[in-house]
Amino acid sequence: MTPQVGDAPLTKDELATIVARDIEPGSYVNLGIGQPVSVAEHFAVGSRVVLHSENGMLNVGPAPDPGDDDPELINAAKQSVTQLPGASYFDSASSFAMMRGGHLDVCVMGAFQVAPNGDFANWHTGAPDAIPAVGGAMDLAIGAKKIYVMMSLFARDGTPKLVPECALPLTGVGCVDRVYTEYAVFDLTHYGDSGAVLVRERFGISHEELSERLEVPLS
Amino acid sequence: MTALVCKNTDEAVAGVVDDSTVLIGGFGMAGMPVELIDALIRQGAKELTVVSNNAGNGDTGLAALLARGRVRKVVCSFPRQVDAWVFDRLFREGRIELELVPQGNLAERMRAAGAGIGAYFSPTGVGTPLAEGKETRVIDGHTYVLEYPIRGDVALIGAHKADRLGNLVYRKTARNFGPVMATAATTVVAQVSDVVETGDLDPEMVVTPGIFVDRVVRV
Repeated sequence: MTPQVGDAPLTKDELATIVARDIEPGSYVNLGIGQPVSVAEHFAVGSRVVLHSENGMLNVGPAPDPGDDDPELINAAKQSVTQLPGASYFDSASSFAMMRGGHLDVCVMGAFQVAPNGDFANWHTGAPDAIPAVGGAMDLAIGAKKIYVMMSLFARDGTPKLVPECALPLTGVGCVDRVYTEYAVFDLTHYGDSGAVLVRERFGISHEELSERLEVPLS
Repeated sequence: MTALVCKNTDEAVAGVVDDSTVLIGGFGMAGMPVELIDALIRQGAKELTVVSNNAGNGDTGLAALLARGRVRKVVCSFPRQVDAWVFDRLFREGRIELELVPQGNLAERMRAAGAGIGAYFSPTGVGTPLAEGKETRVIDGHTYVLEYPIRGDVALIGAHKADRLGNLVYRKTARNFGPVMATAATTVVAQVSDVVETGDLDPEMVVTPGIFVDRVVRV
């Protein structure tokens, strides 16, 4: 079911469905820790999407049945997973060679901030006493052929997370292709040509209200 | 020299001196050589620099070593975790130094050390705070950051099985940093769940050839 303009903003589950819908069958995909992991449950039967986990596995399967956990079979979020037929294991250097070498088709990541030029920030809250943690985010950012950000459009305090320029420490420069949020899907790839962010789809919000609440030019 | 099969973990970690750089395998607890770390705690070496993907989970393994105040500096990609309270406390008290390295650079810098590479240009982190102050170069229109090898005095890794020559096989996602750390330290110690007779491992399945391994111990 494709949501129509005028429907309510998407639930997290519906958002995950939309992201899964837009990933081509047969793609090699890395799903970031947090909300992006839920996309795995929404690929169509027979999509032949292969999930990559940066700790060293391809063809990651769903969580095991209760009691069948194997402490040596985990995903990047350190959750127990299973192996699907055709799975492979490899060391960390090979795993990141797959990213930098451009072998991954899509990476879906969360973000604190994204800018129309494709810059994004997701590893450091900027708080002076925060303990930073980057993991594989910077390697994925420059490595995967397409970077999709999946996030809520507004922070808890109501400030937009799609911003004219990222104020937080960057994860990657000019690498985000699309931004999936509960209110709209934004295409950043044509930003350089038009100076505006293309709104691909809207959910429960008018173009005018979206333009009003964001400080970035929309088309 | 061919590997030594040690009688116990104390023999396996003998000779580690203060101020050593210790590479410690594992992604979370998967592949973490907990028994070797316990032996290192008994052995008493201090002022250590530890290179590992995380900065300890819970109260065992790497977290226990940190809690004893033996570690001056941690080089890792992802110290912030729900169960990383030992590192959190030491970091906030200013009692431990942190060098945050993107996970792919962490792996590749050790790979470079093990492969005799003087330094390499990485696309990861370009334009982010983690590349600040580092030499950059534009190659074929893309910007890269110069990254130097990370070499260990000692590597402590976990593997599944070894033979008496130190050939290693791993199990599932516990492989992670083991194979690359095994190439990058002066003394490489592997704990395994079984030591089999030389010739009993299928040569086609060996992941870390014994040439990289100095000591093996069954735990």
